[in-house]
Amino acid sequence: MSTSTPVLQHTRTAASAAAKRPFRLSRWFRATGWRHLVGIAMIVFSVFPLLYVLSASLNPNGTLLQSNGLFSSLGFDNYVTLFTNSQRPYGAWFINTLVIGLTTAVGTVFLGALAAYCFSRMRFAGRRFGLLSLLIVQIFPQLLAVVAIFLLLTTLGDIFPILGLDNQIALIMVYLGGALGVNTYLMYGFFNTVPSSLDEAAKLDGAGHARIFFTIILRLVAPILAVVGLLSFIATTNDFVISSVVLVTPERQTLAVGLYQFVSDEFTTNWGVFAAGAVLAAIPVMALFLYLQKYIVSGLTAGAVK
Amino acid sequence: MQTSTQNPNESTPKVVESKRQKRAGRIADHASGGVTALLVKIGMLAVVDAIAVYALFILFLRQDWVIFAVVLVITALVNLVYFKRGLLPLKYLAPGLVFLLIFQVFVIGYTAYISFTNYGTGHNSTKEDAVTALIQSAQYRVPDSPTYGLTIVEQGGAFNFLVTDPDGDVSIGNTETPLTEVSNAEMSGDKAVSLSGYNSVDFTDIVANQDAIAAMTVQISDDPNDGALRTPDGSSAYLYLSTLSFDEAADTMTNTETGVVYADTGNGAFTSPDGEEILPGWSVVVGAENYVTAFTDESIRGPLLSVTAWTFAFALLSVATTFILGLFLAIVFNDMRMRGRKFYRVLMILPYAFPGFLGALVWAGMLNKDFGFVNVALLGGAEIPWLTNEWLAKFSILFVNLWLGFPYMFLVCTGALQSIPDELQEAAKMDGANPWQVFRRIKFPLLLVSIAPLLIASFAFNFNNFNLIYMLTNGGPRDASAGINVGASDILISMVYKVAFSGADRDYGLASAFSIIIFLIVAIISIVSFRQTKALEDLN
Repeated sequence: MSTSTPVLQHTRTAASAAAKRPFRLSRWFRATGWRHLVGIAMIVFSVFPLLYVLSASLNPNGTLLQSNGLFSSLGFDNYVTLFTNSQRPYGAWFINTLVIGLTTAVGTVFLGALAAYCFSRMRFAGRRFGLLSLLIVQIFPQLLAVVAIFLLLTTLGDIFPILGLDNQIALIMVYLGGALGVNTYLMYGFFNTVPSSLDEAAKLDGAGHARIFFTIILRLVAPILAVVGLLSFIATTNDFVISSVVLVTPERQTLAVGLYQFVSDEFTTNWGVFAAGAVLAAIPVMALFLYLQKYIVSGLTAGAVK
Repeated sequence: MQTSTQNPNESTPKVVESKRQKRAGRIADHASGGVTALLVKIGMLAVVDAIAVYALFILFLRQDWVIFAVVLVITALVNLVYFKRGLLPLKYLAPGLVFLLIFQVFVIGYTAYISFTNYGTGHNSTKEDAVTALIQSAQYRVPDSPTYGLTIVEQGGAFNFLVTDPDGDVSIGNTETPLTEVSNAEMSGDKAVSLSGYNSVDFTDIVANQDAIAAMTVQISDDPNDGALRTPDGSSAYLYLSTLSFDEAADTMTNTETGVVYADTGNGAFTSPDGEEILPGWSVVVGAENYVTAFTDESIRGPLLSVTAWTFAFALLSVATTFILGLFLAIVFNDMRMRGRKFYRVLMILPYAFPGFLGALVWAGMLNKDFGFVNVALLGGAEIPWLTNEWLAKFSILFVNLWLGFPYMFLVCTGALQSIPDELQEAAKMDGANPWQVFRRIKFPLLLVSIAPLLIASFAFNFNNFNLIYMLTNGGPRDASAGINVGASDILISMVYKVAFSGADRDYGLASAFSIIIFLIVAIISIVSFRQTKALEDLN
């Protein structure tokens, strides 16, 4: 206390002195004003492309050239076209992406949580080896093996059509192959922060390992489950390599594959409709992301630093 | 064991206690599970086993013994893990492990295997299939051949030919199984019209499926040289013979018109003495040929080297540019006196929240040479080839990646800066350090300790940042002198994808060899970089 009082007084006097000083533009600019200039420049850089898509999606003359007049004319024609084109079933893509993304996210969270619980709470021979090999396997991302995945699914599809090409269940299973890995590490770190005295207390009260896991631990680690689920969902939504190889029929494809073909076929004429599709696809992801951003950032840094 | 529990000895109370604890734990486990949990467990295992038995049945019918064995072993292990007491860790790991082993570990091994084969367009099947396909592709209708009476019958969704030959014998067959004689067909006149167990297909259905039916070829016998039946109209069939004839004993294919003999030379295709190959062939193990091609063939080695160099440059520069901008912004906005920091922060991270592939596509439109916003509206009609000039394309890629990636670096740098205790800064000021020295000597090294792993992760991500390259420039502009489909701004992973999946000429073997090369590069970098991070952490 005795040391903190002078400091407190000191700041107080400094603050009152600052308040008394007359406002000077050059001093303000040197202290914080230039920071606002940087901020404004960065906002223009960050937000402009997004405004441009929004404007293009609302521009009824949907070519690339005509989209350059920002918000010059407004209308929802592109959105209507988007859902009425039977050759490019945007609605189906949207639903497919949601279903595949959510199923993969739930599966990833579940498989990862099981493994993280095991590594965090149990001591067994090969535990260190297991953790290490999970890390090593992650060095080789799945998309490098896309040729092998394609050929594997071709072979499996001859025997079991449900596991073959052009089947969404097969795609989800491929994605689940990547469930253990980075996610497990993120969760493992978080599981370790839950005191194990809780488990022991529950054990004394007669709870078995499964009950402890499902009713106690899973609730306590809910934040990291949400983060891993969201990261997995975003990764699945963004995947083009594997989904473009596995899914062939337009009705079965995802947004990434469908929207890419949308622009690659007739790049300049479809622009407005593509922009409408992009806006609709981005809104849910962006909303979720901004809502959960605090957790995501802390989760990302925590997992990597630990 | 029993004696020690009966005579509790002063020297081993701990052992006894832990044993008791263990037993208590087991009892607790047993009691707590309850009937519901047990039923759920048994129910789920039953589902798994039912699926496995179904799969095994199908595999047995197809005589696919390798996959049969794999499914059998996996199912047996899963059952063992969940029914045997103990093995608790495995009970939690097994579900994830099964997926991991099949779709991550196995496919890596499979990639290595494919890289040693000539799998690709013209070589993507077995030899047996290739023989059938070759003979069928060279079929012609035998002039003045007899007419076979035909009824299309259907069973289980597949069409079959019910054929009455000129002698009055009736037989049935489909695309996969050659004709076999049947005796119990129902006749109408001297033509068989139905067979028990099959549904006769009426005229409207034949019209509806005419393309599928016209494409059917049904072999007369097991020997493909005997010819096959095809139908133009669904009511009569004609004999088709092939100009190619397969000699199984000599393992050669002979063109009956020209007399040229094509032999199996071990390269996965029938080859004439002049070296002419007839395709389709089949896939064979060719040893290290793909790797040899990649490193010695001038038209592939050149692009491979330049693509590798650009991949490294791209990944390094991406990390560097996003990190520098992110750190700069983090420092600028980490000033308590500044107002509206939250407002700036939210707007600046919007590009990171926007799905990456869409970001790249939107920028591809804005940077379009003739109609894009940047050229037309910003630069007043300039025709700058942002995406089609070799160097401008590379610049554009880095620029767009900066847009996509700086918010992430801004966020993590802000977090790291704020976690550095203020006392350090004050102490340094007391010692007379100027702001730059404080940053350079104190903040930056501390920041790097926590950020370095993220920088490595970011490097690894960008090393395989397929979406950005493929969606923005599609790897272009294309390198016309290269022997493969590759462009100036392609990185390794997009090159693999293009070699394997774009255009008519797919080369899975070469693409897999490239994949393995990337594996090796990434593995070496990872080992080195993890050591480096250890060193950085030791600094702290």
